[in-house]
Amino acid sequence: MSTTTTRTDGAAARPQDGSGDGPTADGAAPRRSRWRGPRARVRLLELAFLAPAVLYLLAFFGYPVVQNLLMGFQDYTTRTFVTGEAPWVGLDNYATVLGDPAFGRTALNTAIFTVGSIAGQFVLGLAIAVFFRRRFPLGNLLRSLLLLPWLIPLIAASAVWGWILDRDNGVLNQVLGALGIVSGSPGWLTDTSLALVAVIVVNIWIGIPFNTTILYAGLQDVPEELYEAGSLDGATGWRAFRHITWPLLRPVVTVVLVLGVVYTLKVLDVILGLTQGGPAGATQTLAVQSYNLSFTQFEFGLGAAVGNVLIVVSLLFAVLYLRANRRAVDE
Amino acid sequence: MPTRTATTAASSTSGPAATGRSRRTVAAAAAALLGAVGLAACGGGDDAGSGDPADVTSITVQDTFVTDPGATFYGEQLDACGEEVGVDIERQSIPGGDIISRVLQQASSQTLPDVLSIDNPDVQQLADAGALAPLDQYGVSAEGYSQGVVDANTYEGELYGLQPTTNTLALFYDPAALEEAGVEPPTTWDELRSAAETLTEGDRYGIAFSAPPSYEGTWQFLPFMWSNGGDESDIATPETAEALQLWVDLVESGSASPSVVTWGQEDVNDQFIAGNAAMMVNGPWQFPVLAQNPDVDYEVTTLPAPEAGGTVSAPLGGATWTLPATGDEARQQVAADVIACMGTDENIVEDALTNSTVPSKPELGEQVVAEDPRIQAFVDQVPDLRSRTGELGAEWTDAATSIYEAVQTALTGGATPEQALEQAQGR
Repeated sequence: MSTTTTRTDGAAARPQDGSGDGPTADGAAPRRSRWRGPRARVRLLELAFLAPAVLYLLAFFGYPVVQNLLMGFQDYTTRTFVTGEAPWVGLDNYATVLGDPAFGRTALNTAIFTVGSIAGQFVLGLAIAVFFRRRFPLGNLLRSLLLLPWLIPLIAASAVWGWILDRDNGVLNQVLGALGIVSGSPGWLTDTSLALVAVIVVNIWIGIPFNTTILYAGLQDVPEELYEAGSLDGATGWRAFRHITWPLLRPVVTVVLVLGVVYTLKVLDVILGLTQGGPAGATQTLAVQSYNLSFTQFEFGLGAAVGNVLIVVSLLFAVLYLRANRRAVDE
Repeated sequence: MPTRTATTAASSTSGPAATGRSRRTVAAAAAALLGAVGLAACGGGDDAGSGDPADVTSITVQDTFVTDPGATFYGEQLDACGEEVGVDIERQSIPGGDIISRVLQQASSQTLPDVLSIDNPDVQQLADAGALAPLDQYGVSAEGYSQGVVDANTYEGELYGLQPTTNTLALFYDPAALEEAGVEPPTTWDELRSAAETLTEGDRYGIAFSAPPSYEGTWQFLPFMWSNGGDESDIATPETAEALQLWVDLVESGSASPSVVTWGQEDVNDQFIAGNAAMMVNGPWQFPVLAQNPDVDYEVTTLPAPEAGGTVSAPLGGATWTLPATGDEARQQVAADVIACMGTDENIVEDALTNSTVPSKPELGEQVVAEDPRIQAFVDQVPDLRSRTGELGAEWTDAATSIYEAVQTALTGGATPEQALEQAQGR
C-alpha cells in the first residue's frame, strides 16, 4: 500500500519540479539538493527497495562467479586454504585443461549429452503437453503424476535407475531377454558405447516434467477459437498443430529450449550417481570433470577453469534466452 | 550444511549410514568451496598464545566414524583418554567423503579441531599444505609400528599421524561353493584364474572386485600391481601390465562381471552376499555387514601371489589421528597427549577387536587373532603392507588417477593393458 501512495506522491511532485528550479512556495529552494524534497524521497525509497535484491545478487551470484573466474587463473590447491596464497598462473590452467588429450572427447560428450537430452525431453514433453490439452477423465490427476520424476531426489532416482539398468540383474535386461528382443545382456552402464545413451535416457526422463509443464502452460494461451476457425477451413490434427499451435507456441519453445540447455550443461548428480563419468570416460562431461578436478583431486584452479568454460557456454545461451524473452514480450 | 555435533559417544550412534553419500558429498563440497572462498577473505583469526597445558579444559575432536561399531567405540575411547589427560572431549563425526573439504574450509577460517582423524593417504596432502603439526615434537612416537604405517604417516621425516590400527584387502570366499566345485582357495594368479572359471556357474560369477573410476578402483588394483613388482612412479611397465592383464582376463573369460567397472566395494559385498559371486576382493570393514546376513558363510584368506611362494604386497588402509596446526601450543600439547593415549597397546587391541581392524604393531597381532581368527589373513599381510603415499607423497593423487583411468580403459576393451597404462601415464 505504501508504495502506491509514494508513487502517487512522486507523480504529483513531478510537474511541480518541472515548473522550474526557481524560488518556490516553501522557500527551501536554495538548499534543495538531489537527496531532498519529495522527489528525492521517492528516489531513496526506490533505492531502498532495490538494495536487498542488489546485495543478494552481488553476494550470492556476483561474488562466487568473480571468484571462480579469478580461481581459473590461479594455482589454487589445498595449500591455498591454509596459507591463503594462490599464485597467479595466467592461462596455464586453461592450457592444461584444453591441452588434455581427453578434452575433445569430454567436450563432445557434453555436446551429445546436451543435444540428446534436450531433443528427447522436448519432443516427449511437447507430445505429452499436446495430449493433455484434451479433456478426459482423470486427465488432471495424470498430468500431476507426471511431475513425480521432478520430486524424487536425483541421487535416489539415479540409484534406482542404476538397478534397472544393471547388466546382470537389472529389470531392463530381464524384460528384454524374456521378450527375446536382445540376445546376451547389454551392459547399459558398463559398455563404453552404451553408457552415454543410458545416462541421456535417464536425463530425458528427469527433464520431461519441466518441458511438459512449461509447454502445457504455453498451450493454454492458444485461443480455442483459432482451432474452431481452422477446423472450418479443414485444418485439423497435424495441420492444426503445424499451422496454429506451433507458430503461437514458438516464444515458449525458445524459452524452454534455452533454459533446458543451461540446465543440462551443468547436470552432475545423474552422471555421478549412475557411472561416475565412466566407464573409461564414456560419460565424462565438462561438469563432471570440473567436479572431479576440484573435489577429488583438489586442483581447484583447474576445476575452476573447466567451470569457466561452462559458464561462458551457458552465458551464450542466457543471452539468447534474454533476447528471445524480449521478443516474446514484444509480441 | 547440516553438522552433527556429538559431545558424547551415545549421541553419535545415530550417524547417517553410507547411503546417499555421494549427494551429500556434492552438496558439502559445494558448500565447502563457497564457505572457504567467503571465509578466506575475512581470515586473520586470533593469535592464541601459548598458555599452560594445565589451563586447557576441553579439546575438540573431529572424526569420520559415523556408523557403529566405530561411532560408539571411538566416542568412549576418546572420553576415557580425555579423562586420563584431564580434559573434556567435544567430538564431532562427519562422513568420510566430506572430511577433506571440511578440513580445508576449517583451515581457511582457522577453526580446525584440536584432534583430527583422516584416511591415511590424506596425511601427506594435508601435511604438505601446512595444516598439520608434527606429532614427534609433542612426544608421540610410532615405535614398534610396521614400516608401511610409519611411511604413510611420515612427511619430510616427521611423524604427522598416529595410526593404531590398519586394514587391507584379502580374498573372501564361500567355502561351500569351493568345496562343491572341488576347488582349493587360490594362492597364485594361475590358480585364481582357474578357480574363478570353475566357480562361474549360471548366475554366479567366480569372483567380484571393484574397479570404478575413482580412488577406490585404484586401491583394489594395487595389491595385484605391487605384488607383481609394479610401481606407482612409473605405471607403464610390463609388471603392471601383467597385473592389469589378470583383471582383463577375469572379465573377458566371464569369470567376473563386466559391471566391476561400476561397482564400489559395498556393491561387491552385496554381490557376494546375494550369491552372485563365489569369491570377492574386500576388507575387514565388511565383517559387520556380513554378520547381518547370518546365512552367508564365508572365509578369508590372503590375496593370491603372482607365483607360488611370492610375496603379496597389499595397500595399507585405515584412519589415522592427526594434530591440526591450530597455533595454540598448549592445546596442541594436550591434543597430542590424547592421541598418544589412543595408541597404547591396550587400546590398540581393543580397537582392533571392536572394529575388525588389524593392529599396526605386528607384535599385537597374535592377541587379536586369538580372539578373532578371521583377522588372521590380514595380520599376515601387515609386515608387507605398503603405504600408497610413501613413495610419491602429495603427488600420489595424480598417479592414483592415472591408475584407475588405465584400469577402466583396459577393462572396457578400449586398449590393451600396455597401451592403456601408457596413455594414462602420458596425461
